Amino acid sequence: MTESSALVAQEMAEAERPGPEPRGSALRRNARWLLLAAAVVFALWLPFGLYPAVAVEILCWALFAVAIDLLLGYVGLMSFGHAAFWGTSAYATGLVAIHWGLPFPLAVLCGALTATVLAVPIGYLAVKRTGIYFAMVTLAFAQMIYVVANKWSSLTGGENGLQSVPRAITDNFYFYYAALPIVFGGLFLAWRIVHSPFGRVLVAIRDNPSRARALGYAVHRYKLMAFMLSAFLAGLGGGLFAMGHRFVSLETLHWTTSGKAVIIVVLGGIGTLWGGPLGAAAIVRLEDWLSFSGFEQIGLVTGGIFVLTVLLFRRGVWGTLFKRR
Amino acid sequence: MLHIEELSASYGEAKVLTSAGLSVAQGEVATLCGRNGAGKTTLLRCVMGLHPGSGKVSLNGTDLRGRKPFERARLGLGWVPDDRGAYATLTVAESLALPPMRSGWSLEQIYEAFPNLYARRGSMSTKLSGGEQQMLALARALRMGSRVLLCDEPTEGLSPLLVQRVGEILRQAKQQGIAVLLVEQNLHFAAEVADSYYLLASGRVQQTSPADKDLLTYLGV
Repeated sequence: MTESSALVAQEMAEAERPGPEPRGSALRRNARWLLLAAAVVFALWLPFGLYPAVAVEILCWALFAVAIDLLLGYVGLMSFGHAAFWGTSAYATGLVAIHWGLPFPLAVLCGALTATVLAVPIGYLAVKRTGIYFAMVTLAFAQMIYVVANKWSSLTGGENGLQSVPRAITDNFYFYYAALPIVFGGLFLAWRIVHSPFGRVLVAIRDNPSRARALGYAVHRYKLMAFMLSAFLAGLGGGLFAMGHRFVSLETLHWTTSGKAVIIVVLGGIGTLWGGPLGAAAIVRLEDWLSFSGFEQIGLVTGGIFVLTVLLFRRGVWGTLFKRR
Repeated sequence: MLHIEELSASYGEAKVLTSAGLSVAQGEVATLCGRNGAGKTTLLRCVMGLHPGSGKVSLNGTDLRGRKPFERARLGLGWVPDDRGAYATLTVAESLALPPMRSGWSLEQIYEAFPNLYARRGSMSTKLSGGEQQMLALARALRMGSRVLLCDEPTEGLSPLLVQRVGEILRQAKQQGIAVLLVEQNLHFAAEVADSYYLLASGRVQQTSPADKDLLTYLGV
């Protein structure tokens, strides 16, 4: 070993030796744990502070927003057709619960897996495009599924939707706490994906796809995997939504549902992961409050918030408050 | 090692390469010269599969036609782009851990060759200076274990000291049997490291020369 390589080896060993931690990083880690604890306490308190049905709705949209953010924030793909996965999972969950009588966690899992399977052909075709073309391809597929669900009324109930989805836990208050572990599981999965080597490859693909290809990554394959994982998370949210409402409407497949999820993500902060749940809490609570007040043009308010966020806080609430890079 | 035959490429109606051909042997540094817009970068991109082109490209006898860029990378082509390809949201250490194959230089070798990268391994890639970003791009290709490096103007915008450092690294790679196809405007730098020259003009390789001053004289340098 040359003198310089010995020096480098020594320096590397010294760098890896645990030493006094920089004050800033210890503070940041403590702040993260505090934030996590506060979020858990907030989630546990939520049904006491709000109508339990609204609290359940926040959980579902939080998962949906995280699914969209995984794709938009970490792969750079703006899906405008994720309602296809949310709605398909809602229908699949409802049908499984009605016809097979499965307990709700299993029914939700079946729904999420159905959404994931549906994501394979849609994703395979869509990820070959980027930007507006990707958004339009996903939107077109979602609208096709919407039309199929509308016409196939013997299975889906058509415009009347899927009625009387059975649920053993009838009280929304208790159902919230039964659904919470599934939501935490989904959020943990998203966090794990983002912080894994796979997540770093996704970011590399988002930042410079040509470079990622030249490094030896099959970019389309990675995008497809991310698309499927995103569909799975959206499916978890959609399945819980069906069980939470004990009813599945055709609207779950409509493009406005995808649009609402995108607004939630932009408000919370794109590429922040936790901005999604924050945006979901804000938008769902606001919609509930406006509708309770008798205000009918809810879209005007959420649309206005979207415009203001894009113009004034492009990094969203979470991005503005917490994101350092 | 790397053999290119009758490579043609275009951007829409504009033909950039028409039957270009060259070869780079193991442990050889071949410099591709030519004026701006001659198609040097396009040739590298075609070899890497990042730009469509017709013609034959083979690596160690393996025909690369129809192979996607990631397959070419896995076969041993390493691309060091002129924009340096630094990832805005990844640190130096994360960037070095990014390649799926890490059969080339060990992390210790990389940090020994590029002490600046070791010192700044926790920094975001785009916070590095231009020279450090260039080092990172080279380090990433070496870490992958690429057998042929396609270097697109690695000295552009670098200080003389860093240019010298890049030269040392290329010579070190050469000693290990790595072939280098170098696109370079800095012909004085190229003269120091190259074993052979190719002059690209009108979409073709017009002149080939061994490493001597003839080509520099021909180009009026």
